[in-house]
Amino acid sequence: MADTMQTTTTSGPRQADTNAVTRFFRATEIDTRLLGMVGALLIIWIGFHIMTDGLFLTPRNLWNLTVQTSSVAVMATGMVLVIVTRNIDLSVGSILGFTGMIMGVMQAQILPNILGFGHPAIWALALVCGLVVGAMVGGLHGLIIAFLGVPSFIVTLGGLLVWRGATWFVTSGQTVAPMDPTFRLMGGGTEGSIGATWSWIVGLAACVAIIAAIVNARRQRKRFSFPRKPIWAEYVIGGIGCVIVLAVVLVANSYHWPVAIARRYAEANGIAWPEGGLEISHGIAVPVLIAISVGIVMTFISTRLRFGRYVFAIGGNPEAAELAGIKTRWVTVRIFALMGILAAIAAAISTARLNAATNAQGELDELYTIAAAVIGGTSLAGGVGTIAGAMLGALVMQSLQSGMVLLGIDTPLQRIVVGAVLVLAVWLDTVYRARAK
Amino acid sequence: MTDQHTPLVEMRNISISFGGIHAVENASIDLFPGEVVALLGHNGAGKSTLIKILSGAYRRDAGDILINGEPAEIRNPRDAKHYGIETIYQTLAVADNVDAAANLYLGRELQTPWGTLDDVAMEANAREVMGRLNPNFKRFKEPVKALSGGQRQSVAIARAILFDARILIMDEPTAALGPQETAQVGDLIKQLKREGIGIFLISHDIHDVFDLADRVFVMKNGQVVGHARTQDVTKDEVLGMIILGKCPPGATPGPGAMVAA
Repeated sequence: MADTMQTTTTSGPRQADTNAVTRFFRATEIDTRLLGMVGALLIIWIGFHIMTDGLFLTPRNLWNLTVQTSSVAVMATGMVLVIVTRNIDLSVGSILGFTGMIMGVMQAQILPNILGFGHPAIWALALVCGLVVGAMVGGLHGLIIAFLGVPSFIVTLGGLLVWRGATWFVTSGQTVAPMDPTFRLMGGGTEGSIGATWSWIVGLAACVAIIAAIVNARRQRKRFSFPRKPIWAEYVIGGIGCVIVLAVVLVANSYHWPVAIARRYAEANGIAWPEGGLEISHGIAVPVLIAISVGIVMTFISTRLRFGRYVFAIGGNPEAAELAGIKTRWVTVRIFALMGILAAIAAAISTARLNAATNAQGELDELYTIAAAVIGGTSLAGGVGTIAGAMLGALVMQSLQSGMVLLGIDTPLQRIVVGAVLVLAVWLDTVYRARAK
Repeated sequence: MTDQHTPLVEMRNISISFGGIHAVENASIDLFPGEVVALLGHNGAGKSTLIKILSGAYRRDAGDILINGEPAEIRNPRDAKHYGIETIYQTLAVADNVDAAANLYLGRELQTPWGTLDDVAMEANAREVMGRLNPNFKRFKEPVKALSGGQRQSVAIARAILFDARILIMDEPTAALGPQETAQVGDLIKQLKREGIGIFLISHDIHDVFDLADRVFVMKNGQVVGHARTQDVTKDEVLGMIILGKCPPGATPGPGAMVAA
């Protein structure tokens, strides 16, 4: 969804030759780079599907894949803004661990003592608490980077150690469990999915939103009589967007509850167990919905708000941005605070999924997050990157890992492959950009 | 000073030093409405530093700045813009990765009532201003990186015009441009001058600016050698000021002038 909404902001210059394919991409303003990533993703999926004898492209695996991607995908959206401004954040994994532990302790130990066990507001208060702590930790990093002039690499490298240590001190190293039942919905699973009906409603609402966005953009350009895309291109874009959304819903709805859980549910609700078994659809998982919502909000922030415009201007030419009167330091602080909030959202997803807050939570996640953003086309030189690309990058990384697990490849070899793919992806991107010039 | 009305800008006895080195020492310059003043000197003569004090990029150690005869407090680029001072830098200070409209409005974006960027309105105004400046300019949707040097320069100039600059500072405005584009910028300067805008042209190359300027100020080693009306001096005499610090009879000597032997 996010990528179809981004198509008006094309990145990368286009070539002058005008064959049919070029004309098509120019008319539709599809980002060819993003399209290349989708192509790579499809190749990976189909490749694994063949190698695993049809285990990969099943509703169950795809559903799990999206759930596993959510946490890193959420953080990757923020990492784009960090890297676009020529910074880096190595501390997101540790912030995830720290805020996860704070939320765990709040809902398992502190809040039940104050409000009473099972109080309905516990999950929300714990979540808000985690988000505030995340914003404060990130904001602190930003302040040190912007106003004390310490390079972000160093500040967040320090943060990586500090917040991992701080996580230990919250409970002296003890794992906190279990989580509040409502809180656990954020982690997915059979309970943490919205079911078939709601999935269709969400899907249709998304289609309406896509069409409304296209119509609105066209009306705006008409008002000022600017050159517009050919009408067929609008139909193509709208059509592709809606088909993708509905396909996602269809896949999510094709993954049914495991028989044992369905049977328990049937017994609890007094439904007679039918002959062929009870087919209850999972629908879209809550963490995936969270990740998609974060992606849409972050796309909105980065393309439609002043703040986002400043982030990209700073990345393109920090001096020009400063001379244009942008308060570049405060923008930096806000970017890192935002990154902290996103790490806390990711922490909520992963603690809810694990049903526990542990010391080791989020270890190495900073590297996966950075890799996702970079694979997704974010340039470490600054100024270039898209939210949708980074989220796709996260999906590519998770697909590789998940596929290798299905193939029974050992963890050490998995790491070697993921590392090699990261380097390969960035090299290909360098080649693409050099040719696009 | 031959003109009796108040100068648009007057910088009096400005000094600034970086780590004990006097980049600018006791320099005074002025500019009247509708006038083009060239600020000349070698690389490192202090002309860019002096002008960056006016545009708010540096803060002076000593001296006064008067805008329309009133003392002005310029601490940062925002303050300078508040006084109608716009600067076009030699490094083509545009953000390469965003499009022309975004650059024109950088730092002062138009917003819709909902607080989002009003991109269409910005593009509409950008098209209008660019149409006036450079009718050939069509690439509104592409990042500025994809444009030629002259097109980028016209974006930078359009940016200044869009915000009703009264004082325009152009730092090596034609250094990065070809001959045709240089001529374009020259025409543009004449047009702005007719509109009553005061322009500082900064250059180390006298040929770039001599024909456009009404007066020249020459700097050497951080000090003002002297100033003259271009009709009173020859190019060779000004070259002598730049290279030797020698003030010709047609010029008014400043603190940096070579003491006559």
